[in-house]
Amino acid sequence: MSDPNPSTAIEQVIDRLRHTPGALLPILHGIQQQLGYIPDQAVPEIAAALRRSRAEVHGVISFYSDFRRSPAARQRLQICCAEACQARGSRQLERHAKRALGIDYGQISAHGEFSLEPVYCLGNCACGPSLRIDSGGQWRIVGRVDSARFDQLLDELSAVPVEVK
Amino acid sequence: MAIAIYIPCDTTALALGADQVALALAAAAAARGEEVEIIRNGSRGLCWLEPLLEVATDAGRIAYGPVGPGDIDALFEAGLLRGGDHPLCLGAVEKIPYLARQQRLTFARAGVIDPLSLADYLAHGGFQGLDKALAMRPQQIIDEVKASGLRGRGGAAFPTAIKWQTVLDAAADSGQAAKYIVCNADEGDSGTFADRLLMEADPFSLIEGMIIAGLAVGATRGYIYLRSEYPNAERILGRAIAVAEQHGYLGPAIRGSDSSFQLQLRLGAGAYICGEETALLESLEGKRGLVRAKPPLPAVAGLFGRPTVINNVLTLAAVPFILARGGAAYADYGCGRSRGTLALQLGGNIARGGLVELAFGASLEQLLQQFGGGSASGRPLRAVQVGGPLGAYLPRQQWQTPLDYEAFADIGAMLGHGGVVAFDDSVDMAEQARFAMAFCAAESCGKCTPCRIGSTRGVEVIDRIRRGENRGANMALLQDLCDTMEDASLCAMGGLTPYPVRSAVRYFGDDFSQDRGIPAGERDRA
Repeated sequence: MSDPNPSTAIEQVIDRLRHTPGALLPILHGIQQQLGYIPDQAVPEIAAALRRSRAEVHGVISFYSDFRRSPAARQRLQICCAEACQARGSRQLERHAKRALGIDYGQISAHGEFSLEPVYCLGNCACGPSLRIDSGGQWRIVGRVDSARFDQLLDELSAVPVEVK
Repeated sequence: MAIAIYIPCDTTALALGADQVALALAAAAAARGEEVEIIRNGSRGLCWLEPLLEVATDAGRIAYGPVGPGDIDALFEAGLLRGGDHPLCLGAVEKIPYLARQQRLTFARAGVIDPLSLADYLAHGGFQGLDKALAMRPQQIIDEVKASGLRGRGGAAFPTAIKWQTVLDAAADSGQAAKYIVCNADEGDSGTFADRLLMEADPFSLIEGMIIAGLAVGATRGYIYLRSEYPNAERILGRAIAVAEQHGYLGPAIRGSDSSFQLQLRLGAGAYICGEETALLESLEGKRGLVRAKPPLPAVAGLFGRPTVINNVLTLAAVPFILARGGAAYADYGCGRSRGTLALQLGGNIARGGLVELAFGASLEQLLQQFGGGSASGRPLRAVQVGGPLGAYLPRQQWQTPLDYEAFADIGAMLGHGGVVAFDDSVDMAEQARFAMAFCAAESCGKCTPCRIGSTRGVEVIDRIRRGENRGANMALLQDLCDTMEDASLCAMGGLTPYPVRSAVRYFGDDFSQDRGIPAGERDRA
């Protein structure tokens, strides 16, 4: 993914989707997919295109936990914290992951490599604890993640050189 | 001729390495000069056996599982391609007791077919319901659904035909042209994955159900609102919609008829509350997912203010069977006012977790033991949460309760979407009660005070109880807070959060007392 020019990307997404009924979420997803986050400059442009106030657009972005206002880590780790995974030890996994990465939920590790977030259910409830890994637009979900498996995954993820495509 | 080998492309199978198994299999077959065709089917729902590999033989499909990439060579040595014996061999897949004991109506094709093969779908009875519906008047379709006794599978169990009738009649009242079919695929409850499994295993059945709903009420546009936590379902559903469009099942002139139906897939953005139907509609309209006050019901004024059918994935996916085989055939299953089958999902600390589609009426105990096989940890099961994060925690003495809507309501619990999450005796139920409140605080839309503020106060009160501060008074306060949330919240989020809390207090009260340093198992024995 070469870094697209933010202004061009924002404009293209808005042009493509502005006439879709209920266009705001598709536009926000579209911009985030292109740029990795929703830059501040997008807010007034979206508001103007959809004839909504900037406050409304901001309100929608801040309501949904998916949308980010700043760049994401290269590798985003999401630990399922819901009941089915709790029953299989996700609380221990949470503690271990925070210690191993040296960060808390919502933070990014040194050099922007990893971020850690809680997620409430990935739909893998019979084979938890579950972890979702997003790296550069590629996702995968891993089941039965205990502390040892987490360390192993972290090693694999750290060993892969950051690819510039 | 190439031998067909099935390896699921379902989220759980992928999470346990199905892609690596497929790669290893292809490489091993090539190295041996064997001709195989690897088909990526959906999951049968036998989650603890994933990745579950099946080989098509003269004696039917023979299953092996759970298979890791390292097992492939040994499997070839054992004669995998002829269904040869091996410690991982499970015999004929249809005869595995877990599967053989189920009544699969909605999930009949799950794991059997390639989810994106229209030919497979048609060969297994697909679009027969639609063909019948195309020859019927709208009222006839609704009457058939009425005869089936189908109730909403999302959790509220509202009779589907009444909802559809309201939307059908709305046109006559106001002459409005636009109506919508909205599929609620925001399956946010922990412990539920049946919607996901169906969308990944048999997406055409959902599409067919939505087209039929459109014909029944006179709607020509549909939306599937899918949670963003399900990227694999997004990929499969998106492709299935494209295939259906290419073959004239979606778009103008469905199958050459005068009817049209356009279907769009929309993604949520990580808000649990958008599983609530009115919040979902707000989100589809491009707004914050705030719950609407009812009335008006969505059937009267729903998406963009228009009459809207909003149904769960499994409600809509049950419809093709009902039209193809008749409402009476569906109503033959079940008990009391709970007709048909329910997709139960066994998760959490359970040895054999997976999808179990059963006629209403079996007991929870049967499900946990006969299907689940007890806990995964080997320790005794202690509590079971049924119906998602807003469902009650049931102690052992309630496990004989029949799995039907009314029986669960009678004990102050709910079946909801059929999620069953098991906990062994290491669980701290005060911590679970705290989580229920904390989850509500994190996910509340914030529109009504009992839910927004009550959940935060609930966390604080439970923390004080757990620290042993003024326990009697704080327990009374917690009950009072639960009353307020139950009676005064705008929707089920705040209104039902007290269920897990109260049940934890009532049946696992010891966990709220001060001797919490003692492991739960020993505390029980003391």
